[in-house]
Amino acid sequence: MSSLPPLPAEAEEGDPAPERPRGRAAARLLPPQRLTGPVPWVIAILIALVVITAAGGLALRNLGAAASAGLSSALSVQVIEPNPDLRGERTAAAVKVLTALPGVTAVRAVPEAELVAMLEPWLGAGASSGDVPIPALIDVELAGSAGPAEVARIAAAVQTAVPGARVDAQGDFLRPVNAALAALQWLALALVALVALATAAAVWLAARNAFAGARDTVEIMHLLGASQRQITAVFLRDVLREALAGAALGAGLGVGAVWLLGQQFAQLGSGMVSGGGLMLADWLVIGAVPLAGVLLAGLTARITIALALRDML
Amino acid sequence: MSDNLAGHVKFDNVGLRYGTDPEVLSNLSFTLYPGSFYFLTGASGAGKTSLLKMLYLAQAPSRGAIRMFGQDLVTMPRSRLPELRRRLGVVFQNFRLVPYLTAFDNVALPLRLAGTEEKKVQRAVGDMLDWVGLAHRAHAVPPSLSGGEQQRVAIARAVIARPRMLIADEPTGNVDPDMALKLLRLFEALNNRVGTTVVVATHDVHLLKKVPDSLIMRLHKGHLSDPTGALRYPPRPGGSTPSGSGAT
Repeated sequence: MSSLPPLPAEAEEGDPAPERPRGRAAARLLPPQRLTGPVPWVIAILIALVVITAAGGLALRNLGAAASAGLSSALSVQVIEPNPDLRGERTAAAVKVLTALPGVTAVRAVPEAELVAMLEPWLGAGASSGDVPIPALIDVELAGSAGPAEVARIAAAVQTAVPGARVDAQGDFLRPVNAALAALQWLALALVALVALATAAAVWLAARNAFAGARDTVEIMHLLGASQRQITAVFLRDVLREALAGAALGAGLGVGAVWLLGQQFAQLGSGMVSGGGLMLADWLVIGAVPLAGVLLAGLTARITIALALRDML
Repeated sequence: MSDNLAGHVKFDNVGLRYGTDPEVLSNLSFTLYPGSFYFLTGASGAGKTSLLKMLYLAQAPSRGAIRMFGQDLVTMPRSRLPELRRRLGVVFQNFRLVPYLTAFDNVALPLRLAGTEEKKVQRAVGDMLDWVGLAHRAHAVPPSLSGGEQQRVAIARAVIARPRMLIADEPTGNVDPDMALKLLRLFEALNNRVGTTVVVATHDVHLLKKVPDSLIMRLHKGHLSDPTGALRYPPRPGGSTPSGSGAT
């Protein structure tokens, strides 16, 4: 029987204790597990959904903002008069009053041919026959926003010269559209929140399952003197690897889908749709989605592991 | 008896129950002295493993007080338990090796958890595996090891960090008599050379005779009896409670 083999030298009294591995060093105590479960795929799908939904919400916001920006300082003045000669006189009088008003930067009487062309799709040949009286239209651009007070001031001035003239802020025509866009944005936000919750739930289940599967290993490490921080580091690493893989894949899928949709809409050549393009800041927000997903996964896993370890002595 | 022994373990009127079941261990009051060698015996179901679980800090008592190495386990914060556990070496009944770590890495785990320099880890683990006759199996994972080999890896892991107390649950159950004796000599060497307190749970009466200076604690239906005076203070004349244990 040989004697006891040499063992690591015991620390002398007063020697500083060796620094116990933490963080990455602690995570290296056990080799990483292979990515085998469905979790990365589930996270990938959820992240892709968040990316697409967030991109849709941001595009809708941009669309609403672009449409409103073009019309926020514009007014329309209608001169309603069946007699064409009288209508012409009143229109000229209204243009004169408007041009003299402070805060008005441009006044343009819309030519009758242009009005007829605009109405033709709805009225057909009747638009140009003269049988249907068409009001004269004056486009007015203001230096500032066409708010209710400004509209009232201009209407009062115009109606002094042309009784019965109608003054409308052009932005009012888009109010229902803006309200619909705002509702869609809220819907997108709610979807993002729901999918984020689903992601958290998936990660929570994944962390619980990973922990349950490795419970024996955790108990062994625990009984060998591993601190909660060391155990957490090991499992956090595996959960974060799964989340990172899933988030990267999901972000790739989501951004690809958004790009393809963008290409499709761009081909429509519609002025309104082109206002819904994504800006650099929007792409940064979209880029933050997978990172937020990984952070959420890390936080969820940390809480799950802390709760599971609480049950052990 | 004084309580100021830094190295001892003292149970005072300890009871243990699981849930609302009756107590599986009742009124345990004893002191384990530093550097002593104890056998814990008893029939199956007597509560040996439950008592060992409390000793290796896997199970809190339902009542009573436990002091270990000068710390009151009932009142000490949980955050200090890992530090206490690192002073213990445990050979579990079912070995409890990490299945996807090699024999080498399993044995190295306590040292790595404690932050021992990797160069020292490599040397110490290599020597230890050599000593338990498993140097050639260093890179094998537990599922590919025989029961006896797994047991030797578990023992090597338990003693590698020179624990202040070694707790072994049926440590020779899966090895041949020669290896059993060799492992017992390892425990004795730790006990004599390093001053490690050793507690070995066994129902092998032949084993008790192999360590002449050992003390015997017998569990019967959750109660301890004291055939060798192991639990008395001062210990029975001729017992192996070491001099210089600090007992007053």
